[in-house]
Amino acid sequence: MNINRRNFLGVLGVTGLSLCTGEKLKASPVKESKKEFFGVLYDSTRCVGCQSCEFACASSNGLPEPDASDMPEVGKIRKTNETRRTVVNAYNTSQGEVYVKKQCMQCNEPACAAACLTQAMYKTESGPVIWRDEKCMGCRYCMVSCPFDMPKFEYNSPNPDITKCDMCYERTSEGQLPACVEACPSEALTFGTRRELLAEAHRRISENPEMYHPQIYGEAEAGGTGFLYLSPVPFEEIGLNTSLQKSSYPALTKGFLYSVPSIFVLWPAILLGIHKSVRSNTNEAEDNE
Amino acid sequence: MNNSNTIIAKDNDGMPLIKFLAEAIKSKGPFFTPFNMISLPIMLVGFTLIVIRFVKGIGAVANLTQEVPWGLWIGFDVVTGVAFAGGAYVITFMVYILNMKKYHSIVRVTVLNGFLAYVFYAGALLLDLGKPWNVINPIIGNSFGVSSVLFLVAWHFLLYMIAMLLEFSPAIAEWVGLKRARKILGGMTLAAVIFGITLSTLHQSGLGALYLMAKEKIHPLWYSEFIPILFFISSIFAGLSMVIFEGSISQKVFASQISSKNHHAHDDILHGLSKICALTMFVYFFMQVLTFVHGKHYELLNTPMGYWYLTEMIGFVLLPMALFFHSYRSRNIFLIKLAAFITMIGVIINRLNVTVIGFRWDAAQHYYPSWMEIVVTLTVLFVEIWIFRWIINRLPVLRDPPSWVKNL
Repeated sequence: MNINRRNFLGVLGVTGLSLCTGEKLKASPVKESKKEFFGVLYDSTRCVGCQSCEFACASSNGLPEPDASDMPEVGKIRKTNETRRTVVNAYNTSQGEVYVKKQCMQCNEPACAAACLTQAMYKTESGPVIWRDEKCMGCRYCMVSCPFDMPKFEYNSPNPDITKCDMCYERTSEGQLPACVEACPSEALTFGTRRELLAEAHRRISENPEMYHPQIYGEAEAGGTGFLYLSPVPFEEIGLNTSLQKSSYPALTKGFLYSVPSIFVLWPAILLGIHKSVRSNTNEAEDNE
Repeated sequence: MNNSNTIIAKDNDGMPLIKFLAEAIKSKGPFFTPFNMISLPIMLVGFTLIVIRFVKGIGAVANLTQEVPWGLWIGFDVVTGVAFAGGAYVITFMVYILNMKKYHSIVRVTVLNGFLAYVFYAGALLLDLGKPWNVINPIIGNSFGVSSVLFLVAWHFLLYMIAMLLEFSPAIAEWVGLKRARKILGGMTLAAVIFGITLSTLHQSGLGALYLMAKEKIHPLWYSEFIPILFFISSIFAGLSMVIFEGSISQKVFASQISSKNHHAHDDILHGLSKICALTMFVYFFMQVLTFVHGKHYELLNTPMGYWYLTEMIGFVLLPMALFFHSYRSRNIFLIKLAAFITMIGVIINRLNVTVIGFRWDAAQHYYPSWMEIVVTLTVLFVEIWIFRWIINRLPVLRDPPSWVKNL
């Protein structure tokens, strides 16, 4: 096999092009930040199911006021949707009736944000996972990826938005409390840095071990979440998904994404090599004939 | 689709370009064929539905739910369609990298098929996007979601379409009679092929990797960390089965375009492809068994979903694999075509099992595609076949290139 100038430049060009493209597609690690994530501790032993959080959420986010007749009832699973970002459900448990609030969990490493190809879903430095209208394509890959099924889509709009709780990003960045936390009359919701909230939750468990299930939902689930749950009973009794993995969801695609640059470098070289050797073989064969 | 009365198109031989193109655009062949009569009404309904979808939103035509946000349009049009378009990278690999000259006569039609598939499946993707006008965001601008598998897939679709257009462009140059352009474009084929194979490896597997984060949402018999590898391997025989299927139809429908030499060589090509299909399906089946053993979900086999899983593995992987082996040894062309057909159904079932049937199989509200989603899917398919036929009847795809090409 002869290498002349023309071939050499060709190989260089293909390799260079592949390297450039590979660079662009590489998965980049999330920037380290000194700032701590904020979160919300939800203590279901204190929740009275009054729906104040639902009403406050609706008025704060410009959503239609909740239907007053649609109350939390045992046996009825109410779900968040494009017009309500938080709901309270009632569950019959071994410790009696327990109310459970649901909303976006504000994961530490959100699957939705890792899934988003335009960074419309975005984990802010202060903790809330926000959605940005002008970037979103409406592909709904965030919904496919979210283990909590929290992003919702306006199927009946020609210009549909993805909606979900963003922990009142605008209010909290101005130093206010999230609307639901502010409205809660029974102090079931506490806003603070995730570290403080975990310490507080552990304190409540150790001070009243008979009152609490000795775990915090969200401490490890999905790699840790901004919303943390305390419960008097095991979490599966109050409709929380306990089959979720205890590590980050974006990590599931890391292996694949990291293999991309190496394939981009190795594949063209190998293919070109095979091509050259096959061709010189056939040329020799033809010469011998 | 009977084109026996068709006047075979001629490549441009010295006519001014504009005049030649004006001549070429005129319709050729009879209009009132059974295929036209079936496809036209469906396409008309389909276009109406697409208008409704853009005026009223996706919910007006599709049955998608908040739990199942990707349905038939993604699971079938995009994920399955791209697997079938895999023939283009496999055949170009065999012809341009491994120098298997036997398959040269089917390169162009396969690349054209692949190119149109990508154009139309990317088109179908636009129908599924809530804000399709923002589709340029991941391509230009400052919104690069580089940690997203979908970002990679989007870029690869775009780049691979360009690569395939480059691979196909010599046919266009030959058709309009641009000798100098033909020479330049022909020289770029190898680079385009190498780039295209690399892109295909990554995005065929990338389509599987899209579902890696939906870990608890996909039935455990179909979810594993090996989805990307399984998708890649199956795209090889999915693409080749499509080549066998499409080739068998083209041999009849476009018989007037194909030289008798290539016509006779076609059985030999199918024979060779059946061997490759059998071998890759064997590797695929082996990988599936490994995945199953690793998953340790033995108890799930004795459930309805388990029976469905066994049906897929035995009826649509093992059976066509055995058929391919048998027909290769006995040189039975009919059995090769039958095996290819069963394989294609199997690939459709597999992709739908991962993306639609097994996705939130446990949800209270199941997703079933609406008739409107199906009509829109058929519309996309028919438009593609119309354009494919339009090109085949004009460009030197199936017929031999003009004689001047040899003297370049």
